[in-house]
Amino acid sequence: MSQVGPGLRATAYVETEKLNNPKDRRPVEPGAAPPVVEDSGISRWVPALAIVVLWVVAWVLTKGTHTLDLPSLSRTDLHDRLTEIQNGLLESRSTNPFMQFTNAIADVFRSTVDWFQRLLSKPAFPRPVPQIGWLGVTAIATYVGLVVAGWRIALLVVASFLSFGVLGYWDPSMDTLIVVLISVLLAIIIGMPLAVWIGTSARANAVVTVFLDLMQTMPTFVYLLPIVLFFGIGTSAAVVATLIYSLPPIIRIAGFGIREVPTTTIEATDSSGQTYWQRLFKVQLPMARKTIIVGLNQTTLAALSMATLASFVDGPGLGKPVLQGLRVNDVGTAFVPGVLIVVMAVMLDRTTTAASERSERIARGGGHANPLQRRIVVLGGAVVALVAVYLSRTYVSLAEFPTYGIGRSISTAVSDFVSWITTNFGGVTGGLKDGVTDWLLNPVQSVLAESPWYVSFLGIAALALVFGGMRALAVCVVCLLGIRYLDLWHDAMITLNMTLVATVLVMALALVFGVWMARDRRVDLGIRPLLDAGQTIPPFVYLIPVLALFGPSRFTAIVAGIVYAAPAAIKLVADGVKGVSPTTIEAGRSTGQTTWQEITKVQLPMAKGSLVLATNQGLLYVLSMTVIGGLVGAGALGFDVVYGFSRSEAWGKGAAAGLTIVLLGVMLDRITRAAADVRRDDGPGTRRAFNVRLPIGPPGT
Amino acid sequence: MTAALSVDSLWKIFGPRSDKIIGTPDAELSRADLKAKTGNVVGVKDVSFDVAPGEVFVVMGLSGSGKSTLVRLLTRLIEPTSGSVQLGGVDITSASEGQLRDVRRKQVSMVFQHFGLLPHRQVIDNVAYGLEVRGVPKKERRAKASEIVDLVGLDGYEKSYPDQLSGGMQQRVGLARALAGDPEMLLFDEPFSALDPLIRRDMQNEVIRLHRELGKTMVFITHDLAEALKLGDRIMILRDGAIVQIGTPDEVVARPADDYVKDFVSEVPKAHVLTLKWVMREPRPGEAMDGPTLPVTTVVRQAARAAIASDAPIRVMDGDTMVGVVDEEDIMRVVVAEEEA
Repeated sequence: MSQVGPGLRATAYVETEKLNNPKDRRPVEPGAAPPVVEDSGISRWVPALAIVVLWVVAWVLTKGTHTLDLPSLSRTDLHDRLTEIQNGLLESRSTNPFMQFTNAIADVFRSTVDWFQRLLSKPAFPRPVPQIGWLGVTAIATYVGLVVAGWRIALLVVASFLSFGVLGYWDPSMDTLIVVLISVLLAIIIGMPLAVWIGTSARANAVVTVFLDLMQTMPTFVYLLPIVLFFGIGTSAAVVATLIYSLPPIIRIAGFGIREVPTTTIEATDSSGQTYWQRLFKVQLPMARKTIIVGLNQTTLAALSMATLASFVDGPGLGKPVLQGLRVNDVGTAFVPGVLIVVMAVMLDRTTTAASERSERIARGGGHANPLQRRIVVLGGAVVALVAVYLSRTYVSLAEFPTYGIGRSISTAVSDFVSWITTNFGGVTGGLKDGVTDWLLNPVQSVLAESPWYVSFLGIAALALVFGGMRALAVCVVCLLGIRYLDLWHDAMITLNMTLVATVLVMALALVFGVWMARDRRVDLGIRPLLDAGQTIPPFVYLIPVLALFGPSRFTAIVAGIVYAAPAAIKLVADGVKGVSPTTIEAGRSTGQTTWQEITKVQLPMAKGSLVLATNQGLLYVLSMTVIGGLVGAGALGFDVVYGFSRSEAWGKGAAAGLTIVLLGVMLDRITRAAADVRRDDGPGTRRAFNVRLPIGPPGT
Repeated sequence: MTAALSVDSLWKIFGPRSDKIIGTPDAELSRADLKAKTGNVVGVKDVSFDVAPGEVFVVMGLSGSGKSTLVRLLTRLIEPTSGSVQLGGVDITSASEGQLRDVRRKQVSMVFQHFGLLPHRQVIDNVAYGLEVRGVPKKERRAKASEIVDLVGLDGYEKSYPDQLSGGMQQRVGLARALAGDPEMLLFDEPFSALDPLIRRDMQNEVIRLHRELGKTMVFITHDLAEALKLGDRIMILRDGAIVQIGTPDEVVARPADDYVKDFVSEVPKAHVLTLKWVMREPRPGEAMDGPTLPVTTVVRQAARAAIASDAPIRVMDGDTMVGVVDEEDIMRVVVAEEEA
């Protein structure tokens, strides 16, 4: 017999609660009534199944009526009204103070970027070339890499910068870096004070977290429409979007780091009579340094991913050629800049990570064995970099990157390769695509989108009630009413369907790989670096190989979503299962359970919090990807947004689609969160926060 | 001489609107009842006591008895709900932030259970932290810190980082940090609970040595009765945030205030703690009065040999006056009672 008793299940519940809700950590007072027995989660599935069965019955009877299907190029009055509002705002540009304000900000950003571009990437009149040529830029970047992170990183930086030029994308690469640099600097200036604030005040944390949650629930794409309205298209919109998107990680993670400084240490140093500023600068910030740099790393990667997406609003940089390629389904064209985006991501990730490790080492006294040598390297490097800058200002060949044909040859080779694959393996990929589409995607979509809207409405609301209780129901009803009002019900159901199907597949992957990784250290060591690498790549880039394999379709968007969401979900499940107390596992083993019983009765139930969190994250990642997938034939809301960008008369419909996406995101987020009352301290931009475990803390804990 | 520390009807109630409870009948409720009724938890309940300069005052109680809260109230690391704390002539409870900081910098230092060291600083800079925040120049504070490091027996470890040291050594750093500012009073919050028994004994002896050498006033929190008896000039026993008994170690053992304390001290080897004061009696008529003399503060165990060797009862002296007698049988009664318990 190895039935897990109710006692163990209760422990599992308490464990998750403990992790998630420090307030409930206190044990019951002696003499108080015993705590109320919690329902086990399993029984929820019975009413859920009943609802689905009822829904299917209703669908069979009423299929195809009242579906609110809106042909993809038509609009409703509401959409046109939204467009008029936009036009009104645009016309009032010179009179409306808010618009004047945003326009002034936009001007500042535009001229700042312009200044940097003249410095690095475009002719600085009267010079025919930028102020600093490629040799100078490369030398400076390498020098920075050398000083903050060591010679290995310096080599990586040289190689990356040379690859930008050799493959023929020097100027766009510099433009992307400029946008990232400006946004990250602003994010630090704005974000760090907020991080300190939420790290030191529980109330501030509660308030700010609500906003951060909202910002991170929103798929990236959705930011762009209002930003364009207020900041215009082009570089200013790119900077604003990138800044907004990259701000949450640093606030959240740095705030987390500051909050996690052990109370004992704070108390001990407070009892020495320190002032607020002494506490902040001598205790809290130094002890949170490593976490803060992790936040910086996440902010940088988020910035890069948004800076590439900003090509939708005519932002400068590497995103543009990728977008052009994707628009015309030309994988070859998109491939090279896509690869360079990955190169840039790896370079930025490795540099910030190495810088964090190095600063930690120095802080712990393991710094430079030879300070003199260090001084020589720092000074000598500076001289070399300055000489390189001078040379690049003097010689044209060192200012403008020589043209090589290699980038173009790679494009052609990739195009050929893609057609070769399509010819030879079209059957396989096509079969897979058709299989999933016919057996999973279409049936579910049919039930969701082809039922009358009120049937789907009731079905979704009922499921929300079953899984998330009254509060989830309330949020869900509000969101669904909003979606209904925005006149894009049918499209919303199609996008919801893609999101759900992809999430189910993501969770299947996450369970298999997560449990495997948690149970076998070697598997973990083998897979984790791949997942980490996968997470550093901006989502945009995922579309390229998937498009190559499957051509434009809904399925393509789903696969891209899975590829994008799986690493985070797998890691969450793996860490959750690994976090199960070894004592409990040992106790279970001593009752003679089988491996299967151990997984299903001990590890997974005890990791329930992580599983729900993984589902939550999976849904939001996939949602943001299925929207971008509008570009590669996913249709529905994503297409509406893209269409809204390209046609001024369709702006209103695009905005409505954007709002619908937000409502879908909020709804899915709230239902899953309520399902386990899980506190989420992460979001699509801040994925690695989950790996943050403070390296320092009170001994013996 | 005025008290080094004087605490008067100090309260701490955690939870919303806690200040509305004191003075109402609710304040008299038991801790569990109050929690059930208002959701508030009593941390410290109407506690008053004085500590004399140079005294080692031990606060003892089980976990949840409010002792750690109490010690934090003394320097307002936790804000009291009501009551007053006088520390070296300063009214802590009404002190401004600046005054309070000054008290913490110069008058009182604290040693913590989990050390609370700064992992990113070397031992010497951890020890010098208190001096650093008051603005002592680097050279001067390092010189002072290195003196203190030697005093607590850590010479040679100045440049180490805390995580390179064992628990006992880390606590020595904690102790050194507290001593570096040359405070008048030291507060210890279960400083040795996280250490293993042998190290704990060493550290206790270290505290006794430092107390003898430096003569600081000490308030020492512990849940370990043996530690309390070993270190304390006086012991205060807390339960559910309220005082159960205050007394010298032998008073607490000999005359426990209630069953709770009695239960506590039942395992204590009484012959090691009780003095003759607690076992002597009036001489019986006709008893020989030519036995050896011993002071009234002699511990029973030390009197045993003399009592066995002598036929006549021992005369117990307080100074030059005889206050009672004690014979072999009286002493055996203490020892045997213990065996039976």
